[in-house]
Amino acid sequence: MAWTGLSIGLDAFSYGMVLFIISIGLSIMMGLMRVVNLAHGAFAMIGGYLASFALKNAGVGYPLAIVLAVLGTIAIAFPLEFLLYRRIYRKSDELTQILLTIGIAFVIIGVANYILGPTTKSIPLPALLSGPVDLGFRMIPAHRIFVMICGVCTAGLLWLLIDRTEFGIRLRAAVDNGDMAESLGIKTQILFSATFALAVGLAAFGGVVGAELLPVEPFYALRYMVTFLVVVSVGGAGSIPGAVAASILLGLADTTGKYLAPEYGEFFFYLAVILVVFLFPNGLLGRRH
Amino acid sequence: MTDRAMVDGVSPPRFSVPLELRAVAITLALGALGYTLFPDDLAFLTRLISITLLVLSLDLVTGYCGVATLGHAAIYGVSAYVVGNACLAGHSDPLLLLLVGAVAGAVMGLVSGVLVTRFKGLPQLVLSIAVGQLIAALANKLSSLTGGSDGLSGISPGRIFGVYAFDMYGRTGYVFSVAVLMVVFVVLLRIVHSPFGLLCQAIKDDSLRARMIGARVYPRLVLMYGVSGVVGGIGGALNAINTGVVGLDSIGFERSAEALVMLVLGGAGSLWGALIGSIVFQVFEHYVSAANPFHWMTMVGALLIAVVLFAPKGLVSLGGLLAGRTASVLRRRP
Repeated sequence: MAWTGLSIGLDAFSYGMVLFIISIGLSIMMGLMRVVNLAHGAFAMIGGYLASFALKNAGVGYPLAIVLAVLGTIAIAFPLEFLLYRRIYRKSDELTQILLTIGIAFVIIGVANYILGPTTKSIPLPALLSGPVDLGFRMIPAHRIFVMICGVCTAGLLWLLIDRTEFGIRLRAAVDNGDMAESLGIKTQILFSATFALAVGLAAFGGVVGAELLPVEPFYALRYMVTFLVVVSVGGAGSIPGAVAASILLGLADTTGKYLAPEYGEFFFYLAVILVVFLFPNGLLGRRH
Repeated sequence: MTDRAMVDGVSPPRFSVPLELRAVAITLALGALGYTLFPDDLAFLTRLISITLLVLSLDLVTGYCGVATLGHAAIYGVSAYVVGNACLAGHSDPLLLLLVGAVAGAVMGLVSGVLVTRFKGLPQLVLSIAVGQLIAALANKLSSLTGGSDGLSGISPGRIFGVYAFDMYGRTGYVFSVAVLMVVFVVLLRIVHSPFGLLCQAIKDDSLRARMIGARVYPRLVLMYGVSGVVGGIGGALNAINTGVVGLDSIGFERSAEALVMLVLGGAGSLWGALIGSIVFQVFEHYVSAANPFHWMTMVGALLIAVVLFAPKGLVSLGGLLAGRTASVLRRRP
């Protein structure tokens, strides 16, 4: 029984870390720019597509493929930021944001599948990560351990970036009071663009390293569109510890539900969401805007 | 309010015909037009009408109350399943089934309203999604009631008024659907222009101010959600009655998102907008999506972006603008 619990815990944690890596960018974007970005999953999908293409067609190594996917996704997303996202930072109502970003997600799905074909894109793992590892009480794919390490490192580095650097100070100032930050000489537009690039890059990174748990397929952006938004809302927009807590909690709810009552699908996941949103409308560790 | 002002702008007040009469005339004309354009594809038209009711229902909460929801298909799907089960249990009178659908929709609407309108902004959106997904997961699980992923089939409603049987060409179903749409549309016009409807719009524009005037915001929104549930429920009932099958697609997230897209395309906050949006979208979809679903997604996406950027009030505002200009040009002539 205890081993089952630990086993569920491990799976929940690795799933939660994937959710965290992808969602944290969205969370920061929502905390700073107040954009409900339903196209966030589409950027993770672009990352997965690019990595798959780089690995299988261009024959580069796994680490380089990750870097290429992240940079490529940022390059693809930047024109969208310049032309579209800038219009909806901080001012538009939710409905406008939802529609614009759903529109962007649809276009990305359509174009990506037109160019690369509507099939599931596999991302072959290097030999080091593809084998199982014996933990004593169960075998676990090495890849899951890698994902967990990635998640913990991402959280740590983001904390350093936001808590300890000049960029982080400016970012937090802009989150607290955008107008005041602007009048103190912080160029919020540049800050927004940099944050957007960071968010998109993290999404692409998560899309690639999480591909074993969330397979990169044609409707990826649509299928997980809601999941990432839910993680952000449960954690509280803009909060890193909140996003970590929400990812682990929801990972646990989903994994436990699928272990113990698989026929219920995502029932327990969304039940947990409703309960948490009702008890903490601003998220577990979020604050009122 | 904007609705009436716009319609008055279209036709000079001296020819003023009651709004309801105009609505009756327009729905009947559209029904006849549909029949002449697609005489061999009435099944498509009845489906279109059923979805149009869902979009109208969404308009009541999103357009008139400002509630952003991505889980509205739960109402539509649940009532379709309830109607399907009622029919399989032997209650086959179509009017009774319609009533059953309306009641089921009202219950679902009130429940979602209680949950969803409690908050604003992101929590509200996420709650609406979560409620919708929860219901969809349940529908998949309770396969004894819903048929699971195979769908609920074999629904065969009886004769309307005990006289008119549903024929294989869908003629009866089509006439029935047009009549239902007409009645619902007229009633909704009354509702949105009633003091209750106007109060909902006031809450949408500025809920704090509405509260200061003395309006009790939360109960009003829940009530409007209930009305919206009745309309969505009738839509779901029509779906079950006309197609004889209810599948999981009628309850899922895609259906909710699609309804929102149709609403905004036509223009949220106007019943005419909901009507125009759902007709234009679905006729378009009928031709394009059959060819290639991914081209269709790209086009819908581009269309959405264009609407948000260039016509944020939807097609109905463009139409109103055009008609207003024409009217003023005509008036200037001697």
